[in-house]
Amino acid sequence: MATDAPVMVRNAQAVDSSAVPALSVDRFRQVVTEEVAGGARLSALLVLAPPRVPRRLLAVIARPLVGNLGLLACDVGDSYPSLTPSCPAAHWFEREIAEQSGVRPEGHPWLKPIRFVAGGPADVGVMDFFRMEGEEIHEVAVGPVHAGVIEPGHFRFQCQGETVHHLEISLGYQHRGVERAMAGGATPRARHYMETLAGDTTVGHMTAYCRAMEALSDARPPARAEALRAIAAELERIANHLGDLGAMAGDVGFLPTMSYCGRIRGDALNLTALLCGNRFGRGMVVVGGVGYDVDAALEDEILVRLDGIEKDAAGAIELMFDTPSVLSRFEGTGIVPEELARRIGMVGLAARASGLPCDVRHEFPYGLYQFTQMPVCTWQSGDCFARAYVRWLEIRQSIVFIREHMRSLPGGPMRQEPRPSQGGRIVASLSEGWRGEICHVALTDADGRLAAYKVVDPSFHNWFGLACALRDQQISDFPLCNKSFNLSYCGHDL
Amino acid sequence: MFDILKTRIQQKHRTIRWPDGPAPDLPARFAGRPVVRSGACAAGCRICANACPVGAITAGGASGPGIDTGKCLFCRACESACPYGAICFGKEYRLAATRREDLVVGAGSPDPAGALCERAAKLFGRSLKLRQVSAGGCNACEADSNVLGTLAWDMGRFGIQFVASPRHADGLLITGPVTRNMHLALRKTYEAVPDPKVVIAVGACAIAGGPYADHPEQHNGAASVVPVDLYVPGCPPHPLTILDALLRFLGRV
Ligand code: SF4
Repeated sequence: MATDAPVMVRNAQAVDSSAVPALSVDRFRQVVTEEVAGGARLSALLVLAPPRVPRRLLAVIARPLVGNLGLLACDVGDSYPSLTPSCPAAHWFEREIAEQSGVRPEGHPWLKPIRFVAGGPADVGVMDFFRMEGEEIHEVAVGPVHAGVIEPGHFRFQCQGETVHHLEISLGYQHRGVERAMAGGATPRARHYMETLAGDTTVGHMTAYCRAMEALSDARPPARAEALRAIAAELERIANHLGDLGAMAGDVGFLPTMSYCGRIRGDALNLTALLCGNRFGRGMVVVGGVGYDVDAALEDEILVRLDGIEKDAAGAIELMFDTPSVLSRFEGTGIVPEELARRIGMVGLAARASGLPCDVRHEFPYGLYQFTQMPVCTWQSGDCFARAYVRWLEIRQSIVFIREHMRSLPGGPMRQEPRPSQGGRIVASLSEGWRGEICHVALTDADGRLAAYKVVDPSFHNWFGLACALRDQQISDFPLCNKSFNLSYCGHDL
Repeated sequence: MFDILKTRIQQKHRTIRWPDGPAPDLPARFAGRPVVRSGACAAGCRICANACPVGAITAGGASGPGIDTGKCLFCRACESACPYGAICFGKEYRLAATRREDLVVGAGSPDPAGALCERAAKLFGRSLKLRQVSAGGCNACEADSNVLGTLAWDMGRFGIQFVASPRHADGLLITGPVTRNMHLALRKTYEAVPDPKVVIAVGACAIAGGPYADHPEQHNGAASVVPVDLYVPGCPPHPLTILDALLRFLGRV
């Protein structure tokens, strides 16, 4: 039995890498497929340390019903039978695997690069796209440089008249080589790589990273630090959700809410800046704890300002949800049905808006979330309205959370001195960023140096969801649908 | 309609008064322009330079260290590492310069005032339309540039605006280290902007590669691809730093 089933661990519990069973390829595929069909999520699928021969595939299976993670591996040669046909949630991972390691998942239906790394088979964006044929079919290409102030990516639409039949999303323009640079040891830049993986999710990614590093060195951050991390994470969520609601209002031409939310989002970022001096939470979460503490005066100031944010946000956002012309654009636009969201492995806010009750804070609680109930906010309709409304539910929930915990911070130190990582270990660390599940996987060599570091941003799971949301939509609804997901390009491209 | 008007009144007038009135309050923990003390360093000490993740510091003898704010991530690692208190980060938000070498801050550096560009002031002083290009930016510099268009900052007051096409633009505002995969797109976008034009590099990445400096996947900043007229340091720069940079560039403050 021992080598036939995954090793079960808690969120961010490090184990000896030898404890991860190496199954046969067939058994590996069977376990992953059955687990995912039975309600688990594929949080990561990767090839470990590409130079190693034979190459080793590693899967991280998140099982929400029991709250633990399964790690399993198998050795593969130059190719293996693709998981995607039986487990569609693996499709993007397998494209990544082929690109990063050269291992070929045979039978993958759409095996193309996702980042266009140097030396690969194709230059970025230069390749055949999925095409429809027909007299009335036309193709629309958008990007990498877009009309708005956003990151670069390429979108290829197959349209008949105004109707989009297919959207293919081609990314990689933001690739900066983060995972490559993380492997090999404790570089002083590691913190900065993690803080800028997705610069709007600094706290979310730093939480996953620091918890992974702490697990590898058998450290536990002080309770006070855990509480401050959670408060910073909820502030990050509030700010981003507010900004997105404003942007969605702007995309349907409802300017009052756009203007107000743009400003209120800034007020929320300024609360994070009160904590650590930086509006994006740089320097707040550090290995061993947090970089900045709060005193009673700062607690007061944050709470008073939070009251103001709540009042202004309620006025601005309820106005939007009470406006029929906004609702008629939001409702029924860009639907991702629940079953589809589950099959393609969507996570986070977008999945919750399709009715999937997935939230790492609830399912695999970490830090302060272990001691407090975080109800999962869901909505069933899977459309732009749902993605807007779930944001508003979560903003209010996060405000309540901060109010409750800011006043009852545990005493004690805010930071523990970091310790060196143990050798030969592996850890998978999950956190719930404002977009959704963040998964970091770290592996140390015999000397305790990082041998491999894997980052899975929620956008990695969800970009294909956006493509699906566009099916049979008007192409003019693309900006609204895109904003309703607001996925990260750099978090995907790494 | 009534609700819209009521909400409009409740939300009040929120545009900052600066530059006519006082600048908005910066948070107490804000890391602005570094302040370097001369005569504090021990001979041969390199503690700050060794602590810096991006090689922004030249440890210096008697005159103290020099900090290249174009590379600096404002992480304060040097400040906490230095046992002599030679470096601290102040609240000065004016960080921009038109010449790359003016970004190096040492003990004797003059107060920042050097962001004026006569040519830009003459050509674009009353109207500057910018195309933003993110070339590997993490969305922090992008967000805090974009925020200048919101009513809190309202850079439209000064005739400055982000536009959707390079062909409508007077220049580019570039963020990110310029990834290998964005090199061509940036080049083409630059060429699509009609002459005369300006280029503004916002953030440590766009100035010198930021945390990604010397990665083979990127080009160490915008200047490797296009001529840069204005540098705005920070990781990311505070919106006030960016707005101040634009206004001084155009001779408006
Ligand atoms: S604050 Fe700037 S100069 Fe100092 S260590 Fe950090 S990056 Fe280097």
